[in-house]
Amino acid sequence: MLKTTLRTNDRLLMILFSVFVLSWPVIMPLIGAGYPDLMQRFAIYGIFAIGFNILFGLTGYLSFGHAAFLGTGSYAAVWMLKLLSVNIIPAMIFAVVVSGLFSVLIGYISLRRSGIYFSILTLAFAQMCYVLAYSVLTPLTNGETGLKLALDDPRILDAPVTDGRLPSPSLFGYEMSDGFVVNLLGMEMHFNLGFYVCALLLIATFYISIRIFRSPFGLILRAIKTNPARVYYTGFNARPYALTAFIISGMIAGLAGALLVLMDPLAGADRMQWTASGEVVLMTIIGGVGTLIGPILGAGIIKYFENIFSRVNDSVIREWFSFLPEGLTDFLTTIISPFLGSGWHMSLGLLFMLVVIFLPGGMVEGFERIRSRLARKSGASSGESADTDKPAAGTRTDSQIRESQP
Amino acid sequence: MDAFILQLLNGLDKGSAYALIALGLTLIFGTLGVVNFAHGALFMIGAFCTVVVHKVLSLERVTLSETETTPWGTPAEISTPYAEVWFGDFGSMMIDYSVFWSILIAIPVMLIIGVAMERGLIRHLYKRPHADQILVTFGLAIVLQEVIKQMFGASPIPQPAPQAFIGSIDVGVLLGMPEGAVLYPIWRMVYFFFAAIVIGAVFAFLRYTTFGMVVRAGMADRETVGLLGINIDKRFTAMFGLAAVITGLAGVMYTPILSPNYHMGMDFLVLCFVVVVVGGMGSLTGAVAAGFLLGILQSFSSMPVVVDALFGFSIAQVIIYLVAVVILLVRPRGLMGQKGFMET
Repeated sequence: MLKTTLRTNDRLLMILFSVFVLSWPVIMPLIGAGYPDLMQRFAIYGIFAIGFNILFGLTGYLSFGHAAFLGTGSYAAVWMLKLLSVNIIPAMIFAVVVSGLFSVLIGYISLRRSGIYFSILTLAFAQMCYVLAYSVLTPLTNGETGLKLALDDPRILDAPVTDGRLPSPSLFGYEMSDGFVVNLLGMEMHFNLGFYVCALLLIATFYISIRIFRSPFGLILRAIKTNPARVYYTGFNARPYALTAFIISGMIAGLAGALLVLMDPLAGADRMQWTASGEVVLMTIIGGVGTLIGPILGAGIIKYFENIFSRVNDSVIREWFSFLPEGLTDFLTTIISPFLGSGWHMSLGLLFMLVVIFLPGGMVEGFERIRSRLARKSGASSGESADTDKPAAGTRTDSQIRESQP
Repeated sequence: MDAFILQLLNGLDKGSAYALIALGLTLIFGTLGVVNFAHGALFMIGAFCTVVVHKVLSLERVTLSETETTPWGTPAEISTPYAEVWFGDFGSMMIDYSVFWSILIAIPVMLIIGVAMERGLIRHLYKRPHADQILVTFGLAIVLQEVIKQMFGASPIPQPAPQAFIGSIDVGVLLGMPEGAVLYPIWRMVYFFFAAIVIGAVFAFLRYTTFGMVVRAGMADRETVGLLGINIDKRFTAMFGLAAVITGLAGVMYTPILSPNYHMGMDFLVLCFVVVVVGGMGSLTGAVAAGFLLGILQSFSSMPVVVDALFGFSIAQVIIYLVAVVILLVRPRGLMGQKGFMET
């Protein structure tokens, strides 16, 4: 199914993407995001969003319960760290397997219905998992406190702890936080192992996503989105394909969950709440649903602004406008402060609504529109407009198809 | 037997809340075909109407006492609510019954919010896929929730029930059982009767008025009703307002049972979606029946007998979801769902 080779521009995209991701420690300090913790977060949520996009972007099944797989992956990974070894490889494998099995179960039941029923079912399942993790399954999940490593864990593959220090997740002896800092032009560049593990997995996930997008399998998934009845009459049973997409996407979410644990070995039930499921929906939509790069873009934007804006308070805003007359400064501060700082989620909600209403293709569609407009402006004199208009025309027919659906 | 009746009664008040919210949700599904993720936010706004009314009514005037002094020797402060200063005993009664006054305030407020939501936002999404409607209303739910959080803070604000309704009634005695066997809080009883009246009124409105008849006809076949020269959009907007009012009132009356906080709406919404799916999407009777059924089931599953039978696992929190899964596997359209309703 995945035997076809990548086209040249996909290969180029892949190379550019890999170089871009691997050079984050150099680029990110420029925009004040050069902390290993934050960069790992970008990568992990990028992985999560890519996985979600394989389901929602291709098949159009809007899952509102994806955080359940993230949480399952986290719990599975912590258990592996506790029982087997602090090496991250078995933890990641186990997390992917467990969340895969889990998504078979949930997917099998939820995919019996489509459309809004599917969204509601997945939401209900995720909420059920959250409640279970919080109360009933306390022996497995440690309830409210969250599951974490302890000194008396078995860890059958590791040597017993001697120095009384909690072991932290490691890759064959190298700890996740190991790395070095380079000082260049007054910027600190953190090159650390944890980030590179996440970055490599992000690149791997991106590769999987390209392959799926370009494969016949991906085409069938897209066909399910545009017209399920026609897929059925062409002789394909849509459900196994959708279920496969669901499982792949659940496994990737599990991987992201495992990576979150490797960054900070603590798994709490909060990770499964509907807010977490909603967040990945926000990321994918804001970035651009159904596009390759969109979900990562969205994840980066949300995590970046979350980090910047949630630290802003009144005095910081006041500083921004300090060059203005005092009355105006006060006025602007009172207007802006509810939207930043603790109110960051409100502006996120507003942004999300605006994107869904006016820019259903997210940031990627926005860039596309700007580009085609610029191209039209410059092409009007040279007569090349017909060529550059192609992508815009393509998106237009796409939305027409969508609108003609009842 | 007494434990059985107690759990039945306990289930009724939660079931009434589910039934009311699910009724509102179904009215919106059935008429406009929109999945409203912001519906939980309406429940929450209703609850916060009570908070505001209570706050306004109990605004206090502070005077210095001429005779009494505090232990520090300064004149003691006497604070009397303005309502009492102006209206005397009637004023203090007003404060006591603030929950009921909130109903009067909440009806126009919720109606305006509902109509504004439909006209201002949701109207533009009818031609878009269901996924887009879900997403926009989801965004709206976040915004509303955050607005309330900024205005009232993140911690729950307890609301008292009126003095006359505090305490419990001995339901067991009425049924000829020994005293103290089945004690049930009065307010929950009030909530149940309130819900029953609201549900009855909505059904009567749809059944016995011309307006309701047109709305039902529109639910069955919107185009034909439009062809007959009836402006069905206007009536559906009104139904959205009505759904908002029902949900808001459910929130107002629920405040003495659950202190309002900013995320109460979303907690209820998820359960109510399940209720609607179990009842059958688009079926009003199904929504109400499933609401009560699941509420009662939930309280039965928390009985010690049931917990013991399941080896100490308390499934009260998840029983609703389990039932939903079973129902969907056995009867995919829910208890009373119609064929082909919103299945694209």
